[in-house]
Amino acid sequence: MANAIGKVRGHQVQNEALLFEMSSPGKKAYQLPELDVPAVTAEEALGAENVRAEISGFPEVSEVEVIRHFTRLSTWNYGIDLGLFPLGSCTMKYNPRINEAVARIEGLAWAHPYQPESLSQGAMEVIALLEQYLGEIFGMEAVTLQPAAGAHGEFTGIMLIREYLASQGNARRKVLVPDSAHGTNPATAIIAGYDVVNVKSNAAGMVDVASLASVLDEEVAALMVTNPNTVGVFEQDIAKICAMMHEKGAQVYMDGANMNALVGIARPGDFGIDVMHSNLHKTFSTPHGGGGPGAGAVGVRSHLEPFLPGPRLKKTAEGAWTWDYDRPQSIGRVKAFYGNFGVLVRALAYIMAHGGPGLKTATIDALLNANYIRALIEPYYQIAYEAKSMHECVFSDVKQARNGVKTGDIAKRLIDYGFHPYTTSFPLIVPGALMIEPTETEPKQELDAFCEAMIAIAKEAEATPEVVQHAPVMTRTPRVDEVTAARKPVVRWKPAE
Amino acid sequence: MLAVCGLESLDQLYDHLPEDTLLKRGLAIPPGLSEYEITDYFNARGRESGPGLPSFLGAGVYRHYRPVLCDVVVSRGEFLTSYTPYQAEIAQGTLTTIFEFQSMVCQLTGMEVANASMYDGSTAVPEAAMMALRITGRDRFLVARSVHPEYREVLDTNARNSRLHVETFGYDASTGALDLTDLEAKVDDKTACVIVQSPNFFGVIENLKTAAEIAHKYGALLVMVFTEAVSLGLLEPPREADIVVGEMQSFAISPSYGGPFAGIIATKEKYIRQIPGRLVGETKDADGNRAFCLTLSTREQHIRREKATSNICTNQALIALMATVFMSVYGKEGLRELALQNVAKARYLSEGLALPFSGRFFNEFVVKTGAKTPTEINQSLLERGVVGGYDLGKAYPEMEGCLLLCATEMAKRGEMDMVKEALR
Repeated sequence: MANAIGKVRGHQVQNEALLFEMSSPGKKAYQLPELDVPAVTAEEALGAENVRAEISGFPEVSEVEVIRHFTRLSTWNYGIDLGLFPLGSCTMKYNPRINEAVARIEGLAWAHPYQPESLSQGAMEVIALLEQYLGEIFGMEAVTLQPAAGAHGEFTGIMLIREYLASQGNARRKVLVPDSAHGTNPATAIIAGYDVVNVKSNAAGMVDVASLASVLDEEVAALMVTNPNTVGVFEQDIAKICAMMHEKGAQVYMDGANMNALVGIARPGDFGIDVMHSNLHKTFSTPHGGGGPGAGAVGVRSHLEPFLPGPRLKKTAEGAWTWDYDRPQSIGRVKAFYGNFGVLVRALAYIMAHGGPGLKTATIDALLNANYIRALIEPYYQIAYEAKSMHECVFSDVKQARNGVKTGDIAKRLIDYGFHPYTTSFPLIVPGALMIEPTETEPKQELDAFCEAMIAIAKEAEATPEVVQHAPVMTRTPRVDEVTAARKPVVRWKPAE
Repeated sequence: MLAVCGLESLDQLYDHLPEDTLLKRGLAIPPGLSEYEITDYFNARGRESGPGLPSFLGAGVYRHYRPVLCDVVVSRGEFLTSYTPYQAEIAQGTLTTIFEFQSMVCQLTGMEVANASMYDGSTAVPEAAMMALRITGRDRFLVARSVHPEYREVLDTNARNSRLHVETFGYDASTGALDLTDLEAKVDDKTACVIVQSPNFFGVIENLKTAAEIAHKYGALLVMVFTEAVSLGLLEPPREADIVVGEMQSFAISPSYGGPFAGIIATKEKYIRQIPGRLVGETKDADGNRAFCLTLSTREQHIRREKATSNICTNQALIALMATVFMSVYGKEGLRELALQNVAKARYLSEGLALPFSGRFFNEFVVKTGAKTPTEINQSLLERGVVGGYDLGKAYPEMEGCLLLCATEMAKRGEMDMVKEALR
């Protein structure tokens, strides 16, 4: 094994104990001010029965140990700042640092949600302007920013449909979900109280209009569609599909996970979507942070506006912003306060930096990068569907699987070449899927290096499949045993006995 | 790059979209701004949002000092720009810190299992209720009126659409704590869980033992909610509860006009397969060394789809990391000392004021405003550059004329004297 491969060479890595294991009594990393009021004892102030003994096992470490601990751990992570992060449907684009800076401005970061409205005008203006811009991007008349994440936005959207249909006399029973959909879609429909009916995809990877027609009846409340869909293809019949749904009195929900392919070139509201969500941590560049926080903006056409979660922003006669709690038809609140405001600030900064024309350019660059990767590696990997790719391209591992190399193996081998893997094994309709989304922020050099790695792995899969099957070998941590973890779950630290 | 793609122009990348789906004009959003202009815009918005004013607002969002290390750690690109740690081999940083977070949440709450975080405290409540429904097979929830009003609203929204039954029970008008007689009268063998908050929305510390006994007598679970995590540094952990949910905002997460925060859900080991969201577990790598990975994912939506325990996908990893750094900085002694400072400050602020409730409180309490209305008190304080308290009459009509005041370690004696003076 060469000691250099792709972008990667071995580098200094440290062993690191858990905080609990490096603790010893009396070590501390804090300094509180002297009390300027009389001291109290816990027992006297709170009642002895309410006071706990010491927090057994809690860390006791010094300041330098805290910073070293977390810095060392950070070097075991891969992030966008280190290179291409081609997770399909995740839109891992660069997270501009200006967004982080403005979210920390004191007046915004320290605004209390219950402070007087006269003190909150700046924060409310930020929310109002982001609602306006997102409404323009989605082609929707109203936007709520209350949901905390994509799946939370989905839940909000389906409940909006439910309330709307109920107000028409019948909330109906079923929600249609294409077999290519994200797992959150069926899970959401169930939680909102609906039965899920799966809709088959056709040979082009799109919603099959005939299959859809065969399950569409008066009990169907909505179709949950992702467009571009999870194979990265624009649903050619989307306008027709929406019209079919509307004719039966049903609504169309769009999962906006792939909105990065559409900003500035097509608007869901214009092609017939009634309600959609968009993950601001995808298309609008707020950081994923190892799993969150996110924000799930939900856009609706005007007929659904009365049902949005309250409170809603409105202007007073004097022209100031105020929160309107008088929303009799609202589905109710989906989260305390007004949404993940700090994430909203970042998303607005992103939109401002690009501006209308820049957002369209970003979309086109995202399409170009995905199609460039597709063109370079298609001779080596089986494309899942011949249809034109939008912002991501989806392959199948069928060629490599002949030698026993699966999508998961190729993904792990990519780590050895210095890249985060693509999305594996999704969507479920593609056997052994490789779902690749580069986003617009990748330079050509990084795309070329990625494609070289993919091609090298395809060749390894032919010549030395065992090398791929045992990857990664260049990482600090070789393959992790996930099976044992699930069989005997150890989910917290316990002191050695 | 176009040539490699076999294209002649960029427009060809999307000219296959049906004509009737294309946007035929530019977006009505002004052209891009420079970094300087963007900073300028947000600085102006910040100035309109009362920066730097002392405040006595709590009510679910608390002003605590944020140790510098918290921002230093979460600003590292390796944490900030990483994804959910599905690829364990290159995500041991995030996985290890989440394992530490889960462990510390268990140590604080006296529970045996905690997940990798929830969206926030409010959305964790319906998740706990749904968990109780799965465990007990019952669909009736009893929630104390002294639980945060907006948390209860979120529960109502979820329940309404899932056809579940939420009922409230009251608080004792003299102590401000749970009305256990009302609880006993309303709980029955159809109750999935009893949901209480401690310290409750009025700041009063609840007797969880008795509430648990009553719930358990009818086969219902006890769900304990907390909004002020610092209280756990000093208060007896809620061991009697079956599920604990709460908000970690107090641990170095700035108020940020209400989010993003990080919620937690913790429970007993026997319910581990019913807990929603992501869980990190310990295992070994191929060399036999300790390693961590996401585990028990068969509960989750991306595997189980419509049979999942929840539709939750995103969590609050970066915010949970902030809280983890906070807990490491303060540690065993510091968290206790911090909590005790909060108690001392709130005690000082309360002395000589008209408190309607006799129950013991942590760092916030209810005060009657007397001759002046809460609005008048807050207005007069604001004129002197101080943000007053939360007007309880909004959410509790029977508490018209009452303010909820909070004093954390950041409250200064002089500012508190101003508040006391306004209320006398």
